[in-house]
Amino acid sequence: MSYVGYVDDAFYRDLAAGFADWQREDRRISDPSLLESCRALLHLEARLLDEGRFEDWLALFADECLFWVPGSPGGDPKREIAVAFDDRRQLEGRIYRLRTGYAWSQVPQSRTSRIVSNVEAFRGESEAVCMVRSSFLITELRGGEARTFAGWNAHRLARDGGGWKILVKQLNLIDCDQNLRNPSLLL
Amino acid sequence: MNISISSRPLHDWDALVQADRAHRILYTDPAVFQEEMTKVFGAVWVYLGHESQIPKKDDFIATKLGLRPVILLRDSAGTLRALYNRCTHRGSTVCRAASGNAKAFQCPYHGWTFLNSGRLAGVPWPDGYACDFKDDKFNLAQLPRVESYRGFIFGTLNLEMPPLTEYLGEAARPLDEWIDRNPGGRIAVCGANRLKYKGNWKLAYDNSCDGYHVVFSHRSLLEMENRHEKDPNKGMSYYKSKPDEAPMYCRCYGRGHHLKDKRPNVEKRAGALWAIEGAHPGKERYEARLRERFGKEADRWLDLASSEPINLTIFPNLLILGNHIQVLEPVSVDETNTVWYGTAIVDGPDIPPGVAEDINALRLRTQEGFPTFGEVDDLTNFEEIQKGLAAQEDEWVYMHRGMDIPGRITTDERGIVTGPATDEVFMRLYIHHWKELMKANPVLSVKRAP
Repeated sequence: MSYVGYVDDAFYRDLAAGFADWQREDRRISDPSLLESCRALLHLEARLLDEGRFEDWLALFADECLFWVPGSPGGDPKREIAVAFDDRRQLEGRIYRLRTGYAWSQVPQSRTSRIVSNVEAFRGESEAVCMVRSSFLITELRGGEARTFAGWNAHRLARDGGGWKILVKQLNLIDCDQNLRNPSLLL
Repeated sequence: MNISISSRPLHDWDALVQADRAHRILYTDPAVFQEEMTKVFGAVWVYLGHESQIPKKDDFIATKLGLRPVILLRDSAGTLRALYNRCTHRGSTVCRAASGNAKAFQCPYHGWTFLNSGRLAGVPWPDGYACDFKDDKFNLAQLPRVESYRGFIFGTLNLEMPPLTEYLGEAARPLDEWIDRNPGGRIAVCGANRLKYKGNWKLAYDNSCDGYHVVFSHRSLLEMENRHEKDPNKGMSYYKSKPDEAPMYCRCYGRGHHLKDKRPNVEKRAGALWAIEGAHPGKERYEARLRERFGKEADRWLDLASSEPINLTIFPNLLILGNHIQVLEPVSVDETNTVWYGTAIVDGPDIPPGVAEDINALRLRTQEGFPTFGEVDDLTNFEEIQKGLAAQEDEWVYMHRGMDIPGRITTDERGIVTGPATDEVFMRLYIHHWKELMKANPVLSVKRAP
């Protein structure tokens, strides 16, 4: 599908509304099969990233999607620079860059291991949308050194047949407002 | 109080910094780094922060002068100050927040409290002391000189530094141009991309005006930005063929300041910058809205969301590039933070309603591009230099591109040096300035309020 620009004021407003006050007990999803389907998606996503299958990872996203790493806790993307704020075209560009063979920050490619845990799901504004919170620990081996990125993810998911597509992945690093060393694979 | 520095040179600097090359230990020796923290980062005007980060009385941000923890603030009387974040009692930091608004700072350890002028306001149970707490020695230390040039705040411990405007010299002109391209000359810092690398701070300085590395170090970014065949000239494409002969140039102003001016590579017309800007989130929708309102006139606004093609570097830690204010923060001999502060335009009566908001919605996103997809590759190369320099017997780093070629580099009557943007003349000039600083014996001092 060819890209049509979709980021505008309405997009930012929907994003703010979707991410306002969502981790609430009265929205908790306790249905085990629903919860399990969300968890399965997160596990698949982590594996695809660890295997460097970035195109397959991108296929998990809805057409009009967002990958977002705020630059401060709760940082407003209309007011401040983000670590990442990628729409679909920018995500494609990000992957294209990694595939050129000349992205020196990923030559040779790092090895990563993602652990995803503490999965909780919450109802979105309609039955077609749900919000998932998970904790992550990314261990990366690069240049002979292992290091970790820690934090939590918020996935905004849309129903897609029997499964889910990712509308928004918000990756919240505990050190998002600190100086980061080579965040190329912070996905 | 004056702090005298050992007058015995650490090294034979003339042997280590030669006409065409510098010795590896400039980048690897912890003792050199330690000395730089006084002779460079204590002794010249060092960029501390932007006034838009502390717009109101009592606003503060935490920053550093070299390794010294500093609170940069606008005190209750409106005066800009740079206080040492160091309790005069036992040495603890008194401020632990990155930013905020405070009339006073209370040390969390024993409760000594200081006004934001630096003056000691009180200590708990003073009856237990025989001393006179009115003695200035109990006030927080602060930089004796803090000056702002059009919002850019600098400080120094060296009373013999000339005034800031004289220190900036002719480098203030391109800074003026960069500021004045924004409506009313108004900008505000809007967050930052914060990166770090395991390498010496001078590796970033060596890169600041380097037009030679671009097509190699940033090849992945150039390919990414130009992956759609219909737009083959996005971003820094003007580096791709014969960059030596491109109209861009490098200009060195003395005191280690320099400019890489890429503006001559871009057509002189409204909309020319926007035409080569990469495709970032929001591009289509915001551009369409502005064009609907302003037609052809939208171009001059869209150019403000585009990267300004200059790299202006003010020694030792301030780099103005694109729309960024980049700050180098040395951490240790082999670790450096590079903070890419974003800037937004600021609304005012000279801008039609809603335009600033639309332009900033674009400008935030365009500014995320280079640090994310370009700088990471440079930082990797800096780290790999630091590794390479561990080879002790291979002593020299060469910086002789453009040297001894007749007619290539010119010096005008003011001493301003101009050459191709791909030459290393800026490295030779700044490292020789650095050498003079390392040979000197500056007297550094702090003051105590008021």
